[in-house]
Amino acid sequence: MAFSAMKERYRNKINEVVLGATKEEGGTRGYTVTVGGESALPFLHFEGEIPNRPIVALEVWDVAPTDWHESFTTYFGDVFDNPAQWAKKCVEEYGADVIAVRLKGADPDVADASPEDCVKVVKDILAAVSCPLIVLGCGKAEKDNQVLPAVAEAAAGENLLIGSAEQENYKSLAAACMVHKHSLIASSPIDINICKQLNILITEMNLPAERIVIDPTTAALGYGLEYGYSIMERARIGALQGDKMLAMPILGNVGHEVWRAKEANISAEDMPGWGEQPSRGFLWEATTATALLQAGMNIVVMRHPAAVALVKQNITELMKPTSFEE
Amino acid sequence: MFIIGERINGMFKDIAQAIREQDPRAVQEWARRQDEAGARYLDINTGPAASDPIKAMRWLVEVTQEVTDLPLCLDSTNYDVIEAGLEVCKRPAMINSVPAEWPKMERVFTMAAKYDAAVIGLAMNEEGIPKDADTRVALAMELVAAADSYGIHMENLYIDPLVLPCNVGQDHGPEVMRTLQQVKLLADPAPRTVVGLSNISQGTKGDRSLINRTFAAMAIAHGLDAAVGDACDEELMRIIATARVIMNLDIYCDSYVDIYVTQK
Repeated sequence: MAFSAMKERYRNKINEVVLGATKEEGGTRGYTVTVGGESALPFLHFEGEIPNRPIVALEVWDVAPTDWHESFTTYFGDVFDNPAQWAKKCVEEYGADVIAVRLKGADPDVADASPEDCVKVVKDILAAVSCPLIVLGCGKAEKDNQVLPAVAEAAAGENLLIGSAEQENYKSLAAACMVHKHSLIASSPIDINICKQLNILITEMNLPAERIVIDPTTAALGYGLEYGYSIMERARIGALQGDKMLAMPILGNVGHEVWRAKEANISAEDMPGWGEQPSRGFLWEATTATALLQAGMNIVVMRHPAAVALVKQNITELMKPTSFEE
Repeated sequence: MFIIGERINGMFKDIAQAIREQDPRAVQEWARRQDEAGARYLDINTGPAASDPIKAMRWLVEVTQEVTDLPLCLDSTNYDVIEAGLEVCKRPAMINSVPAEWPKMERVFTMAAKYDAAVIGLAMNEEGIPKDADTRVALAMELVAAADSYGIHMENLYIDPLVLPCNVGQDHGPEVMRTLQQVKLLADPAPRTVVGLSNISQGTKGDRSLINRTFAAMAIAHGLDAAVGDACDEELMRIIATARVIMNLDIYCDSYVDIYVTQK
């Protein structure tokens, strides 16, 4: 008897969100990148359409990071003080699909960079690379509310993906994205109810659902990855079954989480049984990322070029169509 | 669970008059109101008084589609009338309904396959409405087998266990609940279930909506997927939204009631 695959029939699909805008579209990007659009669970090509591959963003900071592991200097030591060159290197040498600019320097406890300083960094990066940009604040709401609207205005029409809006702090960012034609990251603290509610609140401000990407928050391998995974999986199943307020592409700050973990950083001298740090570090990042791809993550924000290479290779393999003889 | 809005029915005086005078205003007003209230389908029934039911059905479908994108549930015991409606439906419709009887099933399932329509299958046959759950489930199985043989997906078959008014058929209540649960075991994926919500309170005096709402909540707990009912009963819609959250059918968020009504 011939094998017949059981297929789920879903009512809905994930929204397609476009990053960047070309000259014709009001921006200056050389090309745009589309994420989302899938009508089945991750990589189940036989069950639905997976029209766009997940993408990898490499982080670029506006200030030279002081807390990154020293092994990163091999890759970025020459450009840490020059965000534009840093971004260029990420795209040209390390295969980043898009750049995630993290305005860490805006943090009052880091460099307390002014909105004008931040605008200049983003402008310089926009001039240096032709790929779409993600722009992340420093994570302190009060300062981000000054910095990110200024960036949104200065880069009007570029269709940046700006983040992050949170339940207690979404209005000024949503308004800035709406007025200046950008997309928005809606972030929730590993909580599917808040994830959904925040999407409702933002769409009620008339920012279209097709311009929202969700960051349901994750943790690194070994630090509660499975909680983040479960939330993403639940959101994705809910979305495919018809919940439009969860049908947004998913972004994850994988590099940020992984490189806080002891397992990625500690030296072999300190932990002889764990093997050499350089490979252990990027494998920790690549493993976390590839696990989350299976939960439905569409945009992986990463740090280590070797991890990026592995994850992109994994994505290429996963995007090969699967099929059954019928 | 979703509501199939019951209001465009020639049994109501304003709709009967609209059909008679070919004046679409009342029909379109109810189409809009039920759509805004959160109905997912709109039932269309010409009622017994229409002089030319085929013409009336076609007209009702056309004027309703002018003001709403909701799919329609074509309600008639005359299958020529239903087919006339299916011919002009813009979106895949639902056929309301067919009993577990030949050759009626042949006619309806052939039509459903041709027009990609869903079907409400009644758990009854020539002998009438069964008294107990077991007989209802046996008839549901006949509907499942027949639908499958015509290539109808189980997601497009809605089994109606048939509800009697609670004042005359009180002993049917628990049988209906048991039937709703057991129908889900008949196939994988399972067929869906539907009831005529207002039937439960037919002929009762007093607060009919209380009976309808309570029945809705209980039936959802037993796995009910759809009901022909009053979408404009705001409290009913709030109860359905809440029951869906409690049954883990929708993911909770603070605005879950609003989003249930507005999210089609």
